Amino acid sequence: MEDCLAKKMEITVSEAEKRTGRNAMNMQETYTAYLIETRAVESQGEGQCAPVDSLWRRYSEFELLRNYLSVTYPHIVVPPLPEKRADFVWHKLSADNMDPDFVERRRIGLENFLLRVASHPVLCQDKIFYSFLTQEGGWKEMVNETGFQLKADSRLKALNATFRVKNPDKRFTELKHYSDELQSVISHLLRVRARVADRLYGVYKVHGNYGRVFSEWSAIEKEMGDGLQSAGHHMDVYAASIDDILEEEEHYADQLKEYLFYAEALRAVCRKHELMQYDLEMAAQDLTSKKQQCEELATGTVRTFSLKGMTSKLFGQETPEQREAKIKVLEEQIQEGEEQLKSKNLEGRDFVKSAWADIERFKEQKNHDLKEALISYAVMQISMCKKGIQVWTNAKECFSKM
Amino acid sequence: QDLSLPNGTPVETSSPASSSSLLNRLQLDDDLDGETRDLFVTVDDPKKHVCTMETYITYRVTTKTTRAEFDLPEYSVRRRYQDFDWLRNKLEESQPTHLIPPLPEKFVVKGVVDRFSEEFVETRRKALDKFLKRITDHPVLSFNEHFNVFLTAKDLNAYKKQGMALLSKVGESVKYVTGGYKLRSRPLEFAAMGEYLDTFSLKLGTIDRIAQRIIKEQLEYLVELREYGPVYSTWGGLEVELSEPLEGVSACIGNCCTALEELSEDMTEDFLPVLREYILYSESMKNVLKKRDQVQAEYEAKLEAVALKKEDRPKVPTDVEKCQDRVECFNADLKADMERWQNNKRQDFRQLLMGMADKNIQYYEKCLTAWESIIPLLQDKPETK
Repeated sequence: MEDCLAKKMEITVSEAEKRTGRNAMNMQETYTAYLIETRAVESQGEGQCAPVDSLWRRYSEFELLRNYLSVTYPHIVVPPLPEKRADFVWHKLSADNMDPDFVERRRIGLENFLLRVASHPVLCQDKIFYSFLTQEGGWKEMVNETGFQLKADSRLKALNATFRVKNPDKRFTELKHYSDELQSVISHLLRVRARVADRLYGVYKVHGNYGRVFSEWSAIEKEMGDGLQSAGHHMDVYAASIDDILEEEEHYADQLKEYLFYAEALRAVCRKHELMQYDLEMAAQDLTSKKQQCEELATGTVRTFSLKGMTSKLFGQETPEQREAKIKVLEEQIQEGEEQLKSKNLEGRDFVKSAWADIERFKEQKNHDLKEALISYAVMQISMCKKGIQVWTNAKECFSKM
Repeated sequence: QDLSLPNGTPVETSSPASSSSLLNRLQLDDDLDGETRDLFVTVDDPKKHVCTMETYITYRVTTKTTRAEFDLPEYSVRRRYQDFDWLRNKLEESQPTHLIPPLPEKFVVKGVVDRFSEEFVETRRKALDKFLKRITDHPVLSFNEHFNVFLTAKDLNAYKKQGMALLSKVGESVKYVTGGYKLRSRPLEFAAMGEYLDTFSLKLGTIDRIAQRIIKEQLEYLVELREYGPVYSTWGGLEVELSEPLEGVSACIGNCCTALEELSEDMTEDFLPVLREYILYSESMKNVLKKRDQVQAEYEAKLEAVALKKEDRPKVPTDVEKCQDRVECFNADLKADMERWQNNKRQDFRQLLMGMADKNIQYYEKCLTAWESIIPLLQDKPETK
């Protein structure tokens, strides 16, 4: 197995820059461009570093890349992009796409996306992906030339298949339910977490008022004054500490969001299976009905109602020559259909096999990543508690000197 | 006869000092540790009484003493809030030159607070206990006749009815008429005290509001946390390998909720009532300062009236002399009480604020324990099957 790209190449999204330009409708727009830097990894460690290549890409180009990958590799759970617009914000967090904090978190998210793709055994070998990282000009044209947009399944077609498919693989049905529930529970979690952050912010900030009033009070006291004043200072420290704490927590929220969006990618694979299965079922159905038609024409018996049959009854039967011609056409179609059915069956089985392999890979990755996320969340909470103990211990000491 | 303080300073006898202020000055250096104490009072054991006309709570008041003023070394009586209120009024009447400690608020909004809830009764009990202890620690008030009866009488109501008759026996009580006289100049220390109390009660009011706001924010935070924890549990139900870690996080958040609830309760029950007590204390002290001003103003007015009369040998009439005494006694009593009050206030607030810091430390320690205990669970690798 070839080593994935991530092992051969260092990839970073190192900078973000505000740009102005003209959009497709020749209107001025502001957008952010991200600097992608790549460098070949030297296995020899000679002390000489390979040169860094870099190019700028904007979010829409990342989107184009991901769409291309999703269509080209429908059996793969394709890594998701960081959110397009700030969602699940709590009041102090900006919902503005131009906000520096949002841009920074997006930069990290985009880097993460590239690293995920580069570490995927199948996706990392894609040429379009490689060009995205290394070829500055003409990349968009290159992607469009692959004609991937034509291969994309329409949403309507997919929805239709979901409702009408009769025998999808049970594992995919279960997986679909799982991804729906996962989306639901992570959304709920993110919403409540944002509210929790909001409230916690309020609790900490109100303590800042103690700082002011203790200072004012200390002015009229003799012995108590110093203790009160210094305790007030610690209350200010306490109130200020929440900003960093909550900023760190946003990284945790981003980790959860990644898997919220991953659930959608899982769903996409299930949908593809349903589509292929439905296609297969329709083809089989079509073949069966053609065979039946053929038989009826050959034997002259009408087993099923057909409009043709009715009209021929009303307007007179066909000539034997006409019937022969029809049978011949049908026989050709039946042969074609049987070949198609065979290949569709094969396709379907291949798809299930390779999709399921990637799903297993994904499951392991998910379990590992989410565990790490929970651990880092617990570590954050521990750090917050320790800070709280420190501040209040300091304040207590000041009070003891009153 | 030369009177002198324990440290050798001679006592001023330029004017006949009242026995109360003399006693006051002699006991200024009195220690408050157990060795010199000869009177101990405790309030505990609240009990609910249901009668046809009303329902109320009584508290047990226990006294242990070696003082001669008490017939027995130990007493145990039951008193209700009205009795404490009566005592306070009697003390204000009979010791107008002294600062009388405050009682917890009399009225409670019936719909909002449950007068018979455990928390409310306990908060009140603590405040009543503090009230009696402050009187016990006071070198003059603790010898007050009404206080004695309060601690010892089996039937306080009978004594209450006697009321006026007993009052006339006590020599120390002097009726002060507040006649609306205009004050010339307030001695610096009392002016300063007045200003101090104004700012002090203002700041306490602000702290009270901040503390209430914090409790409110904490409770709103708690509401969200209570929804937050269970979502991890729901998620755990979806997963296989992540089930235990997610359940663990859910339980952890639950523990933090409990700890937060305890913190808010403690602040409500222990912190806020003491703040409010001191605000009431400041109010009653300002009233005493006003009374003092009045007494001084009356004396000044009378003195002026005498000065206007043209006499060759002006002899200071007795009633003006009495006024002068009153002023000097009042000033002495009040000054001593104010110093005592300042010292007690410093100790009380030191304890109160250290207590607040402690409660917060305990809250964070509980949360820390919860989160630290879950780390090994999260890091646990499942056995390869």
